[in-house]
Amino acid sequence: MPKPDNFEKLTPDQKRQARLDAWVNHEGIEFKTPEAEKGYRERAQMFADAFSMKKPKRVPVAIATGFFPFLYAGYSCKDAMYDYEKLGKAMKKFHIDFMPDTAASAGLYVPGRILEILDYKLYHWPGHGVPENTSYQCTEAEFMKQNEYEAYLSDPSDYFIRCYLPRVMGALEPWKELPPFTNLLELPFIPWGMLPFGLPHIQETFKKLMRVGEIALEWAGKVAEIDNETVTTLGLPKYQGGFSKAPFDVVGDTMRGTRAMMLDTFRKRKEILESCERIVPFMTQMPYGAYAWGASPTVFFPLHKGADSFMSPKDFKALYWPSFKAVMLNLIKDGMIPFLFVEGSYNQRLDLITDPDIPAGSTIWYFDKTDMKEVKKHLQGWACFSGNFPSSLLKTGTIEQVKTHCEQLLKDLAGDGGYYMVNGAVLDEAIPENLHAYVDTVKAYKA
Amino acid sequence: MSKELIDAVVDMREEDAVKIAENLLSSGADPLSLLDDCREALGIIGSRFAAGECFVPELILAGEMLRQVGALVKPKLEGKAGPAQKKLGKVVFGTVEGDIHDIAKDIVEFMLEVNGFEVIDLGVDVPAAKFVEAVQAHKPEVVGLSGFLTLAYDPMKNTVQALKDAGLRDSVKIMIGGGQMDDQVAAYAKADAYGKDAMAAVTLSKGWVGAK
Repeated sequence: MPKPDNFEKLTPDQKRQARLDAWVNHEGIEFKTPEAEKGYRERAQMFADAFSMKKPKRVPVAIATGFFPFLYAGYSCKDAMYDYEKLGKAMKKFHIDFMPDTAASAGLYVPGRILEILDYKLYHWPGHGVPENTSYQCTEAEFMKQNEYEAYLSDPSDYFIRCYLPRVMGALEPWKELPPFTNLLELPFIPWGMLPFGLPHIQETFKKLMRVGEIALEWAGKVAEIDNETVTTLGLPKYQGGFSKAPFDVVGDTMRGTRAMMLDTFRKRKEILESCERIVPFMTQMPYGAYAWGASPTVFFPLHKGADSFMSPKDFKALYWPSFKAVMLNLIKDGMIPFLFVEGSYNQRLDLITDPDIPAGSTIWYFDKTDMKEVKKHLQGWACFSGNFPSSLLKTGTIEQVKTHCEQLLKDLAGDGGYYMVNGAVLDEAIPENLHAYVDTVKAYKA
Repeated sequence: MSKELIDAVVDMREEDAVKIAENLLSSGADPLSLLDDCREALGIIGSRFAAGECFVPELILAGEMLRQVGALVKPKLEGKAGPAQKKLGKVVFGTVEGDIHDIAKDIVEFMLEVNGFEVIDLGVDVPAAKFVEAVQAHKPEVVGLSGFLTLAYDPMKNTVQALKDAGLRDSVKIMIGGGQMDDQVAAYAKADAYGKDAMAAVTLSKGWVGAK
């Protein structure tokens, strides 16, 4: 289904429907078998129905994967980030053995060599700051200092190029010596502005970037190959499309770190609000980088710093929500579907997120540890919801416990549609039999 | 006792709290009484946190205010031995092996200290053997295992097992907490309890040492 010629003239609802239809009808995918094509269409349709708050043919089941496919295949977490062959083998085995209703992308596992060359400091990753069998973890340092909000607000891109990136990537440290690119005005200034690029240590940064770019291209090719095989041979649709972040989380996760950000909510409120507003256009534009017509129109937002214990409901409403809502509304207008992953819990936020300005059926809410009965009470008829199958049960429970818990969730939540099943936190470890019981119980459920 | 200082800390008025502390000290107030005021304020903040009326940012700012008042008071205490505060008990605390998350750990440790415990902080990514050594050296009543990831389940279990193998399991109570922990994981790790937040850790520890 090609993009309609009159797409820009459609209403947001019509745009969303056109994007979903193109995804379900697999624009641009060539399947290996007719069965795979049929399976893809059925599965994508079940998710599309759930996203649109309809009752799907049966409740679709997803597995939110961390490093589970690698540990399951007998590899390490490090292998996922350093060995394309093992990356491909693990993803294939995982999908064939468990057959959830959706494909997990190999693109979750970024190449460690890139991070090494860049000397990336925001994260530790397997074999580099954390053990080889542990997932990557954020270091939470203050890469933006408290007195730098003004510089960031004045020109976010210049701040990133000459201040943030040189701190967060050791390889780009020399960029702190670069003059602002806005100096490159008029003929007489050009050679002076170009001088730094003749210096060997600055040139070295570009050589590293070129090397990193080559690795990224190679990796992207492998990822496309692996994902394509999953989709075209098994008929599993990829339901995660683009990626974005709530502006408050950009400042909190990426730039200031949790502790500093929490203190800023008392000391730098005005600057936080201004920064969040400034970030709205960037976070609106970001998901389109990974989206092409026919891909899933969902935009995944991992939500962090607005969780229940991380701020008061008052601050959530004042500091976190307005800019986040602005990004969501921009995407909704264009028929994209914000897919909100609430990490931690939102038990105190359910009244706030069901904001009347957000049209019904335009968002998907995926919860980690929020009380799902309350979620249903608040969200049924307003948005698709999912989540909170406990990772602890998959790793430490019995098959019987998994089945019982699954059935209870389905009984409590699935009856009126607009629901699909997914584990709460991303899965690194599980007893394989438990994971089979989880998938099979959902597939066998008759509403 | 200065109600003004207590109120400023409880109301999260950082600049006021520091100014009030400076004024109190320059007008000759007993430096130790300022620390008592801060402790009282933190007690109130802790109860509000437990009641869901204040949140982690307030605990962190309260810690900051305590640190700043402490820094003002310290020079005035030179040569003046305060009454040794009787501790309720000792807690050996750390984030388990493979996990580098420290925010929850730091907050729990802070609340335990404020509530009268001596805390031995082992840091993050702590191997089981290091917990064993610390328990042998410090003889705590309580061990706290923090972890954010699902990948922390096994290190928690291994740490409890290591304490058992070293013959130390019966000498301590063990609590776990953090992102993906729950009662199910506490049972799996063979810990004594799961605490859902910093105040739960305080309540558990107080219960175990027989304090109110």
